[in-house]
Amino acid sequence: MAATTETIEQLEQATGKYKYGFVTDIESDKAPKGLNEDIVRFISAKKDEPEWMLEWRLKAFARWQQMESPDWAKLNIPPIDYQDSYYYSAPKQKEKLASLDEVDPQLLETYEKLGIPLNEQKMLANVAVDAVFDSVSVATTFREELFKAGVIFCPISEAIRDYPELVQKYMGSVIPVGDNYFAALNSAVFTDGSFVYIPKGVRCPMELSTYFRINEQNTGQFERTLIIAEDESYVSYLEGCTAPQRDENQLHAAVVELVAARDAEIKYSTVQNWYPGDENGKGGIYNFVTKRGVCRGDRAKISWTQVETGSAITWKYPSCVLQGKDSVGEFYSVALTNNMQQADTGTKMIHIGEGSRSTIISKGISAGKSQNCYRGLVQMQPQAENARNFTQCDSLLVGDRCGAHTVPYMVSRNPTAKIEHEATTSKISDDQLFYCLQRGICEEDAVSLIVNGFCKEVMKELPMEFAVEAQKLIGISLEGSVG
Amino acid sequence: MTALLEIRDLHASVGDKPILQGINLTINAGEVHAIMGPNGSGKSTMSYVLAGRDGYEVTGGDVLINGQSVLEMEPDERARAGMFLAFQYPVELPGVGGMSFLRAAVNARRIEAGEEEVDQLAFVKMVRAQATKLGISDDMLKRAVNVGFSGGEKKRYEILQMALLEPTIAVLDETDSGLDVDALKIVSDGVNFLRAPERAMVVITHYQRLLDHIVPDYVHILSKGKIRKSGGKELALEVEESGYAGIDDAA
Repeated sequence: MAATTETIEQLEQATGKYKYGFVTDIESDKAPKGLNEDIVRFISAKKDEPEWMLEWRLKAFARWQQMESPDWAKLNIPPIDYQDSYYYSAPKQKEKLASLDEVDPQLLETYEKLGIPLNEQKMLANVAVDAVFDSVSVATTFREELFKAGVIFCPISEAIRDYPELVQKYMGSVIPVGDNYFAALNSAVFTDGSFVYIPKGVRCPMELSTYFRINEQNTGQFERTLIIAEDESYVSYLEGCTAPQRDENQLHAAVVELVAARDAEIKYSTVQNWYPGDENGKGGIYNFVTKRGVCRGDRAKISWTQVETGSAITWKYPSCVLQGKDSVGEFYSVALTNNMQQADTGTKMIHIGEGSRSTIISKGISAGKSQNCYRGLVQMQPQAENARNFTQCDSLLVGDRCGAHTVPYMVSRNPTAKIEHEATTSKISDDQLFYCLQRGICEEDAVSLIVNGFCKEVMKELPMEFAVEAQKLIGISLEGSVG
Repeated sequence: MTALLEIRDLHASVGDKPILQGINLTINAGEVHAIMGPNGSGKSTMSYVLAGRDGYEVTGGDVLINGQSVLEMEPDERARAGMFLAFQYPVELPGVGGMSFLRAAVNARRIEAGEEEVDQLAFVKMVRAQATKLGISDDMLKRAVNVGFSGGEKKRYEILQMALLEPTIAVLDETDSGLDVDALKIVSDGVNFLRAPERAMVVITHYQRLLDHIVPDYVHILSKGKIRKSGGKELALEVEESGYAGIDDAA
């Protein structure tokens, strides 16, 4: 009994306000291991979902069962036993610590290097965060401000209950349940994520960040995010946790859908630093993510910026479907792999609208024994009169045991469309390194400077506060890659 | 009095090839020494060995700064200890902003010296002041390090770094190469301005003309990895007259 009460308390602490009829039977916090229809029903019931949502999940599950795990990427993925996982468990609670003094000093040192604010450090390190900071001052202020502007920003589970017509209309409209193996899995078992709705003509008054959401609730492994920007609206969304996730090999299969209507703009920035595994490749996150945005209306714009430094394996291709006339798609990416990490990442730009334009700037950095692959598709549909694409794909090798690969696919079905592709591969030269050293800059700082210089075109696309963190992160991720 | 820089019977190889074959040189604070010599005499090798570059292996002898051997020190440690090398061919660092590079270098030295890191605004002022003297525009400061700079701009940028880092020992490796008369004047003025009682300079050059502008206290002729002749500034003129031929036998 004592244990049960404690668990509820912990949950309440973790979730801030757990109000959806929590069952006090401790056994039922967690679904049994494995994946089957009953588990999908269990998740849906736990989330108190309407019938249509359950049906949607079951449909996805049925599709997933008929699908095969993709093997076309340049990745060596160990077989995953999907029956050996839990698909629903109440937020995993480590023991709450009373103060930062009790936290592993090494962890704090890393936070320090990242420049993470003290309160955020506490939260990440699982220290009970001052309630005033957490739920009252920050959260309330931004909620009020957003509410005034008419912006909806809430957990997706809440949106399913409170805004069913919006969710039904848009969820799966960009990434159908059967789109790919991991998207189907996510559609069946997703437990958490964000929902954003920007009404017509509204410029979202602040950068929306998952950080605010994490304050309320620990995000799960199968997140699902849906962002809708109505005509003439604008939103900038920041996703990412720059803290090291200390964990076992774990599958993280998220789905992100963006819908931009006429003259709307969505800017989506990610800094991903999940635990990459140790230097021998033990442990680490499998980051198998499907992200896609559609520019439905004329002159709509979707911009993806990503800085990917973490995860043992990354499989991720944030894409744009450019339906609207003169719509714009952008993809700015830095993918850094070190030690035994593998990344196969890039984008797809599907041009349908007349005069649609896309820009792809990809910077891949490989260090240690890692393998880093850019894979991208530019497709000009027959209707895409005068559409244009520019792609620049640069790879930088640090050391001589890593690999960089570039796999661009180009399909043009319209003779007026233009596709440009530029690619380079380079190494940090001994001359460059010696030049920096001779100025008194130590080797690690020198490599970080040179690599950040290499990534500059992408870094400048990040919102200011993210850029500083991302720069430091690159330095930290490269530690041990030279010498 | 301990010499600021002392090179004792220094031998060094690149790969299997011996290049420096017993160099002896003593340089005191406040002095400017010129090292002259024909192509392939070991001038640039000497500058790299002093700076501690990888691949330049010391096979004998010693290099001392203020009486302390620096051979075990890494290049960045030597730099922070006050050694500066103005490169013959300054290296391009694409995307690395000039200001952040300069600041990283200045801060590295400050941290070593236990001082506060330089404040950003104060730093910009400091750089601008020096840059103006060297005819370096704001636009050039905003660009990536050495990227798209002309030969003359690169050399001026080296002197700017020297001015900001205030080294105790400055080695200038063929700073005159690739400079026209006007640029040579600007660079030389910059160097002369940095002559100071607490600072020593080693000016490496192939031609005498640089030494009209930067007048040395001593001139040494390096050939086949050894200093063959030393003298005052008039030695440079002698070389100008009769060339390097015959120098080898003089030793």
